[in-house]
Amino acid sequence: MARFIKNDKKETPAISTASLPDIVFMMLMFFMVSVSMRSTDRMVQVRVPQATEVAKLERKELCSYIYIGTPTQAYQAQYGTESRIQLNDSFRNTDEIRDFIAAERDNLSEVDRPFMTVSIKADQDTRMGIITDVKQQLRRCSALKIMYGARKAGKAK
Amino acid sequence: MAIRKTPEINGGSMADISFLILVFFLMVSTMDKEEGLSRRLPPLPSEDQKVEDQKVNRRNIIQVKINSNDRLYAGSEMMDVSQLKDKIKEFLTNPYDDPTLPEKEMREIAGLGQYPVSKGVISLQNDRGTSYSKYIEVQNELVKAINELRDQFAMQQYGKKFIKLDETKQDIVRKAIPQSISEAEPKDVKKK
Repeated sequence: MARFIKNDKKETPAISTASLPDIVFMMLMFFMVSVSMRSTDRMVQVRVPQATEVAKLERKELCSYIYIGTPTQAYQAQYGTESRIQLNDSFRNTDEIRDFIAAERDNLSEVDRPFMTVSIKADQDTRMGIITDVKQQLRRCSALKIMYGARKAGKAK
Repeated sequence: MAIRKTPEINGGSMADISFLILVFFLMVSTMDKEEGLSRRLPPLPSEDQKVEDQKVNRRNIIQVKINSNDRLYAGSEMMDVSQLKDKIKEFLTNPYDDPTLPEKEMREIAGLGQYPVSKGVISLQNDRGTSYSKYIEVQNELVKAINELRDQFAMQQYGKKFIKLDETKQDIVRKAIPQSISEAEPKDVKKK
């Protein structure tokens, strides 16, 4: 019957890409939601030590960061290779932590201030001397909730 | 008059544009999780109370020291990090009521009743030359000891691990087995 006569040329139909933008937008949304902006340029090299008993920080927005480590190569000519403290976007010394904490505290709302956490991200080869100084400074401005940054190690068992 | 249709906008490049934005976000964002060991620093003592601070009984305190060569001393003996956990667990539980290990105090815990809470305090001291990774390793070991004790306690009382308990029960366990790690005033622990 004529109806069942095959078409002579049969091409595979082109795959419609009309939904591609939708898919990509979906991925985009996912990344925007799941990710936090890199707010500061890392000026020190930090490889945080490993630990097995790490806890997650509940509220990231209440957290301020202190980076401690050797300056990255771009800054080594200027600042040497001794461990330095980075607050926001510049190298600071321990005395300036106080102002930093005060400023960070001002940024938070009244209710959240007691829950402010200071995350110390120090390189694993740092000596404790500088960290002790930082801790003493933090105690002096009564920012007592701290967190030693660490990455989760696989359970060695 | 001919009706002019507005020409359709070609959506073909939409994918390219959104890819571009996607790549931009991938580059400017970080995905590192915030993880670490939470600690509470002791408040700075005010000047007038400095005199009678260390009134803690000797048996209730264990000194954990790390010297500048990353050697670890707990109590008075030198030991490896792997031994520390058991030492701490023994110190905090004091299973045989050894008079040299910390005493226990019957405390009323809401929702549980009387429970002998150990009065032991772990005092962690480090030298300025101690490496940070060693320090974290030791801290980690201390936390692990306490976590294991809490798990044990939770298993006994509720038949579940600590993490799986609800908030109020976790609080009870926290009270029964407090995490009493004090980071001592910095001292230069000279190497022996």
